[in-house]
Amino acid sequence: MSQQVLEKPHSFYEKFDRKGGPQKTTHYCPGCGHGNVHKLIAETIDEMGLADRTVFISPVGCSVFAYYYFDVGNIQAAHGRAPAVGTGVKRTRHNSIVISYQGDGDLASIGTAEIIHAANRGEQMTVFFINNGIYGMTGGQMAATSLLGQKTATTPYGRTVENEGYPIHMAEVIATLEAPVFVARTHLADLKGIMNTRKCVRKAVQAQVEGKGFTFVEILSPCPTGWKMDTHTSCEYIVDKMLPVFPDKVFKDLIAERESYVRPDVDPTDEEVLDALDLGQLGEPFPKDQNFLDNFPTMNFKFAGFGGQGVLTAGAILAAVGMQEHLQVSWIPSYGPEMRGGTANASVVLSNKPVGSPMVVKPDVLAVMNDPSMDAFEETIAPGGLMIVNSTIITRKAKRTDIETLYIPLTQIADDMGLKAAANMVLLGAYLEYSKLLPVDHLKQIVPRGIKRKQLGDQNIEAVEAGAKWVRENVGARKAEAAVTA
Amino acid sequence: MSEPTTPSVEIVPHLCKACQRCIEVCKPGVIETNLERAFNELGYQWVEYKGDGCTGCGACFYACPEPGAVIVFKKGTAA
Repeated sequence: MSQQVLEKPHSFYEKFDRKGGPQKTTHYCPGCGHGNVHKLIAETIDEMGLADRTVFISPVGCSVFAYYYFDVGNIQAAHGRAPAVGTGVKRTRHNSIVISYQGDGDLASIGTAEIIHAANRGEQMTVFFINNGIYGMTGGQMAATSLLGQKTATTPYGRTVENEGYPIHMAEVIATLEAPVFVARTHLADLKGIMNTRKCVRKAVQAQVEGKGFTFVEILSPCPTGWKMDTHTSCEYIVDKMLPVFPDKVFKDLIAERESYVRPDVDPTDEEVLDALDLGQLGEPFPKDQNFLDNFPTMNFKFAGFGGQGVLTAGAILAAVGMQEHLQVSWIPSYGPEMRGGTANASVVLSNKPVGSPMVVKPDVLAVMNDPSMDAFEETIAPGGLMIVNSTIITRKAKRTDIETLYIPLTQIADDMGLKAAANMVLLGAYLEYSKLLPVDHLKQIVPRGIKRKQLGDQNIEAVEAGAKWVRENVGARKAEAAVTA
Repeated sequence: MSEPTTPSVEIVPHLCKACQRCIEVCKPGVIETNLERAFNELGYQWVEYKGDGCTGCGACFYACPEPGAVIVFKKGTAA
């Protein structure tokens, strides 16, 4: 049979298996333009044989359920974030054909940042932007694209420049960017408009297939329900009211002149990733000691001080040693906006069990490098816990009597050996020498691998040793019955 | 031997939402709505092909927002 038949494209599911709705029809209102655009996209996918490669990103809005209709890969993105999700898909699956489908509430308001930057990066995806000038799904509220004078649920007197500003012209905005290769606006008001939309849909998808770059088609689409009009009047409204404001034209077409680009596959090994991030220097873990692991308690630490005193690094190094001992560890920093001089603290958990929460609210061990930290956290120490006070800077004594307190001139010790910034390493050396929680020797092995400035490795090891030595000479190791030192 | 087939359009009654966009774009005017008829299961009075005069242009197919409601058999030859 050679008769050509126009029928439901195969890129639609045979049955729309939608919860609680009709199983054969879409959920769109009569006369809604979404169905037209869906058909044109599905037809294009059919004709280009792209069903197995296509990932359709549904937005939030009326077209949120597009995944019930398209028999392709589907992801439904958070409101406005379809281009960001599409970026992730395309960047990890270079061979995929990413179709990001969004309405005007989604794209032109809630996800403005995402669409602008996806376009500006020239992500190799195709964006179909359905513009009906309102938030249709939620009941016809004003959108950034609503026309001046347009009465909506939220502009009952009509949109005014003074109150809501001018309608935003997304196709024009996108076309000003350098990266996009094809930017057009079309409409669905009449057959000519629909067939032009069909042409642009194909062109945009074909450009993606050829690796040309970012393509964007804005489609003026009727919303008879939201506009409170019948289908016929809706189409007249597009022609009479919308088109004068949103002209249908091709704003940019660089498809012919733009070189194709196929992103190379990158599949780094774990080691390469760690190296690239400067995290790969910890080396082989220490030999596993099952007895040690079985008896290891869950320990919560907080290291607090000025930014620049190295409390975050101290926490990270302790966590790194714990990790190399096969413990479960967590480290999270907390700091202000200042790179130097603000207050900072690090929470560290070491445990023989998976760490539930990395937040340390009641530390077993608190190290304070300055007065504000002691004021802030002394109260939080678990009863019977340990507080290490940097007595070079902090002159007051602990208020708590139900905890153990060590006063160590950490900054002075570091300064004496010529590297004031190494007070944090003095702290770790002193703590492990005192507590014997983990071997000081292991700490010395990790320190040069774990710090950022590798050329200072030896001095940092010295600082660890200086801290340990101070404890040996002034305090001795922690006794079984911990005494409160004063 | 093959012989030319007559173009025609089929509107699937239970998929039609009666938006009537097909009627607007149909140049020969061979699609109509019948307000005497009962409603389909969606609650709409579906449109239908008058029975002859279709040129198989496909306008109604593209104007129809519903994926499967309109099927157009273009002019061609059948085996």
